[in-house]
Amino acid sequence: MNYDKFLNQTVKAVPPSGIRKFFDLAATMKGAISLGVGEPDFITPYHIRDAAINSILDGGTQYTANRGLPELREEIALYLESRFQTRYDPKTEIVVTVGASEAIDLCLRVLIDQGDEVLIPDPSYVSYSPSVTFCGGTPVPVPTHERDGFRLRGEEVRKACTDRTKAIILPYPNNPTGAIMERADLEEIAKVVEEKDLMVISDEIYAELTYNGLRHVSFATLPGMWERTLTLNGFSKAFAMTGWRVGYICGPAEIIEVANKIHQYVILCAPRMSQVAAVEALREGREKGYEDVVKMRESYDRRRRLLVDGFRQMGLECFEPRGAFYVFPSIASTGLSSEAFCERLLKEEKVACVPGTAFGSRGQGHIRCSYATGIEKLNQALEKMDRFLRHL
Amino acid sequence: MEAWVTCIERKGCDLVTKLEGQLLDLMQEDCRLPLEKLAVMCSSTVDEVAQAISDLEERHIILRYQPTINWDLAERERVEAMIEVRVMPQRDMGFDAVAKRIYRFEEVKSVYLMSGSYDLLVLVEARTLKELALFVSQKLSTLEMVTGTATSFVLKRYKEDGVIFEEEKPDQRLVVSP
Repeated sequence: MNYDKFLNQTVKAVPPSGIRKFFDLAATMKGAISLGVGEPDFITPYHIRDAAINSILDGGTQYTANRGLPELREEIALYLESRFQTRYDPKTEIVVTVGASEAIDLCLRVLIDQGDEVLIPDPSYVSYSPSVTFCGGTPVPVPTHERDGFRLRGEEVRKACTDRTKAIILPYPNNPTGAIMERADLEEIAKVVEEKDLMVISDEIYAELTYNGLRHVSFATLPGMWERTLTLNGFSKAFAMTGWRVGYICGPAEIIEVANKIHQYVILCAPRMSQVAAVEALREGREKGYEDVVKMRESYDRRRRLLVDGFRQMGLECFEPRGAFYVFPSIASTGLSSEAFCERLLKEEKVACVPGTAFGSRGQGHIRCSYATGIEKLNQALEKMDRFLRHL
Repeated sequence: MEAWVTCIERKGCDLVTKLEGQLLDLMQEDCRLPLEKLAVMCSSTVDEVAQAISDLEERHIILRYQPTINWDLAERERVEAMIEVRVMPQRDMGFDAVAKRIYRFEEVKSVYLMSGSYDLLVLVEARTLKELALFVSQKLSTLEMVTGTATSFVLKRYKEDGVIFEEEKPDQRLVVSP
């Protein structure tokens, strides 16, 4: 049967993820070392797993409130205020979602009408652009440059605005570049946001992972920006809880109310056991100075230095990423495209990286390497890449 | 006097610098990392790292570099026991003198001063059960300060020094993910 006429044409027209191809290729390679993984190599701390197990044993298997367990929302509010100085009312300004992924989708569906344009820094996480398209909007890439450390510049944002521009996504610390935005950088963006009357979707899932003593600045803390910002976050990266699927959106009550309307019809609620685990992560964190998070960050930081140094030693240009857990070296000097480089590296040396182009056209000439992998494996991968470059 | 009292009295605190702390963390995981890599990861120089390591060795903070071995797989015959020992502490010397007498035996791998219902915990290793039994009955129990022993044999080791012995589970993450 030909299903073409039944399929939604908008969805059908969206090309498959550039990551998919490398996943398929790498999955067939036995013993490949992967620098292509976008999740922590840590396992969720035991006390968090234990809390979830106990809640299941105690019979905690029901739905929760649509917006999430009240104690979880209270913990989230305390967490955001103490870590990032943003204030949200747990009763009306927070909704707990199935991972930050649902949060991205909800934010866009709440804001975007047919034909609205959404600005997305290029390169960025793979799901923003298709998600905009799925809700009838038009994704507009805003180029970022290596010379700026892949930070988003106000001038570029201004240039990309039209009468249809409704929102901008701010994904910092950034996947895949590892770029962060400091306060002065954000102030530049805030000016344009004000001037062009935009809403901001600030995806701060990597907020805990910043290095060199720099702390993440939450966009909603900028003067006049709280009202215009939907802050997304979750537990996957900071607490190594990817498989639990817990995230959240914080923002003005009127918007959260509408987001919750979609959430209650489509999802009902995030899984209770995952929410209980999330409560444990934040409560224990609050009591013990977030020692799990600090330990993981220190470990990432050492590996970050190792990888950046390794790439520079082998002659690849590599700006120093100061957030997330990715390094985004330039492979332009090899004359290969990002895709060709990754494909050959995988086939010849069994090292999997992701071509920068999977994250947008500005990723051309770069590859994304994740350092969420053990030191021994990182060292092996560096040796193999060095050999690969010498034989090109 | 209970054992923990002297223990607390004697507990000093070894201050390590930030660099030394980072090195200890990294080397506890893998002490074969080359100096150059250690230097990069601690954002320091090779010379500073080498100096810090030799300082740590001199201060007896790093005692030796030893692999963690799963002897069960090496199939070498070997018996281990944990022996709870009650002793009579000696005037002026407390428990140290008796501990010293005990730890000098070759069969003894570790000795700890404990709080609770006994005084010293002694980890002993021998080739056979008989050898171990003879050690307890002829060498340990006969020491004049030892007033009693309780021996428990190790049947299976699950985790040691933070290393879990069962076969490592493969990475369960997707090979490539966004």
